[in-house]
Amino acid sequence: MIGWEKAKFFVIRHHTGLMVCGLALFLALTPLVMDNPYNLGILNLIGLYVIVVLGLNLFIGFAGQISLGHAAFFGLGAYGSAILTATYGFPAWPAMILTAGAMALVALALGIPTLRLSGHYLAMATLGFNYVVDSIFVQWDAVTGGPSGLSGVPPLSIGGLTFDSDLKFHYLVWTFALVALTLCLNLVRTGVGRGLAALGADEVAAAALGVDVQRQKNGVFVLSAVMASVAGSLYAHYFGYVNPDAFSVFKSLDLVIMVVVGGLGSVWGTLFGASFITVLPHFLGFLETYMDIIHGVILVVILIFLPQGFVSGLVDIIRIRWARRRLAMDRQS
Amino acid sequence: MGGNLLEISNLSKNFGGLPALSEVSFGVETGQVTALIGPNGAGKTTLINCLTGVIRPDGGAIRFKGADIAGLPAHRVARLGISRTFQNLRIFPRLTVLDNVLCGLTVQAGASLLEALFLPPGLRHRERRLKLTALEALDAFGLADKAGWPVGVLAYGDKKRVEMARAFVSQPVLTLLDEPVAGLNAEETATVATFIRQMRLAGKTMILVEHDMEMVMGISDHVVVLDGGSRIAQGTPDAVRHNPLVIEAYLGRMSATA
Repeated sequence: MIGWEKAKFFVIRHHTGLMVCGLALFLALTPLVMDNPYNLGILNLIGLYVIVVLGLNLFIGFAGQISLGHAAFFGLGAYGSAILTATYGFPAWPAMILTAGAMALVALALGIPTLRLSGHYLAMATLGFNYVVDSIFVQWDAVTGGPSGLSGVPPLSIGGLTFDSDLKFHYLVWTFALVALTLCLNLVRTGVGRGLAALGADEVAAAALGVDVQRQKNGVFVLSAVMASVAGSLYAHYFGYVNPDAFSVFKSLDLVIMVVVGGLGSVWGTLFGASFITVLPHFLGFLETYMDIIHGVILVVILIFLPQGFVSGLVDIIRIRWARRRLAMDRQS
Repeated sequence: MGGNLLEISNLSKNFGGLPALSEVSFGVETGQVTALIGPNGAGKTTLINCLTGVIRPDGGAIRFKGADIAGLPAHRVARLGISRTFQNLRIFPRLTVLDNVLCGLTVQAGASLLEALFLPPGLRHRERRLKLTALEALDAFGLADKAGWPVGVLAYGDKKRVEMARAFVSQPVLTLLDEPVAGLNAEETATVATFIRQMRLAGKTMILVEHDMEMVMGISDHVVVLDGGSRIAQGTPDAVRHNPLVIEAYLGRMSATA
């Protein structure tokens, strides 16, 4: 009996860690059941997007900001790694780190002036950034390969192990995604995470509690840019080529839709959001030409009915119902 | 008056050429409740906002523990140990009651973004201690049984208490209460008054901005009266109550309309 109580206490205390471990185990075993490379490919793509969207959700969902330009950071990460390794023969891992570092600086340079703005202005600034970056990808033939992009990006390897198949990359990308998930779960459970949630809800109140609003906004913007950059580097090494289509403004919108489907401020919801939007075209193959419309409709419907996003919106409803019921019971007794 | 915790001297603030505060001076002594009263538009909220760094004063000095803090940004003021509540209730409705109060411990949590990502054991330990501190504060304000609830579902009076718990949880040096009983019924007002008295007994220093004259007179040590952006009187509640200027500017007008 005491053992059982102890176990219960352990589970309650470490439920977040246990959930991450459970997910890791599930993902480790998935390829045993799902050995079709096409499906694994989709799962790998989900892993890549999870890394980007986790960062973006910290920025949008927690800190309450908006970015319509995160595909640019994703693309710059991919192009950075591709150019350094394919064109200049740089080793892959240092190239990834170098690119991510450069992205931190780019995000800081972009963030310091624009994060003083809010709402529409911030949306316009990040959207403009994405347009500029996209144009550079398309126009700067000599470096980026123009519209056809760059190919010949070598796969990543550690020691003698080269991640050159869907199966091997599955383990690599999900290791990165689970590390990113753990870091985000850590962050949101500390005072820093609460500070972000506070400034997302009310900047004046957050500042009065000691949150350095500008600094925290910049910090989380840089963090999300670095995460997008790392995912971009992984993307380049996975596919072996990069082209501008994958990093357009429309991709940025898809990323925002993933955040909204996952739920603003819901770290776990991000997994659902990224999966749902990535998998959707494969179930609705016959509607391929209408995909942008479908994404638009999903976004509008969710924002009308569950403005906090799909998953966290539902969770909120359940929590509020439950609390109201308790409140009513208290009043009766 | 040299030993005052807070010394405001000649504080001025104009909005578009109109003076909202002109040359206001007063001091706040440690362990006392200083009430700031005055009719609507007297400049009370402007003063509080200057004091907490929400807006920058145009002139004058605010000395807190001897250092001039006028013009410091709000988060720096908060880090000096000055906490506040807001006139129109600024809590975070989606967060739980406990998380709202934990937000009052932001300065104590004080980790960098990078440190928080990796959550080292030291930080984990500190977070656990902060949670206990927050729970104690919830208990003191009679909210312990609602710790896990989203604060949005609470009744207005309970929300006000959450905000007060958030303001006091960090053991601040000075707390500004901006109309803590606005919108509350008589019973709730009495409860809040009791909390303020308890905090006073526990040695807290407070500035109380209030319309409710009866409450102010009952719990303040010192009263400062503003009218039209200027300080027109200050003193003990009794002295202020019988000051003809105050009666004319404030009480007189109230009794005339009542």
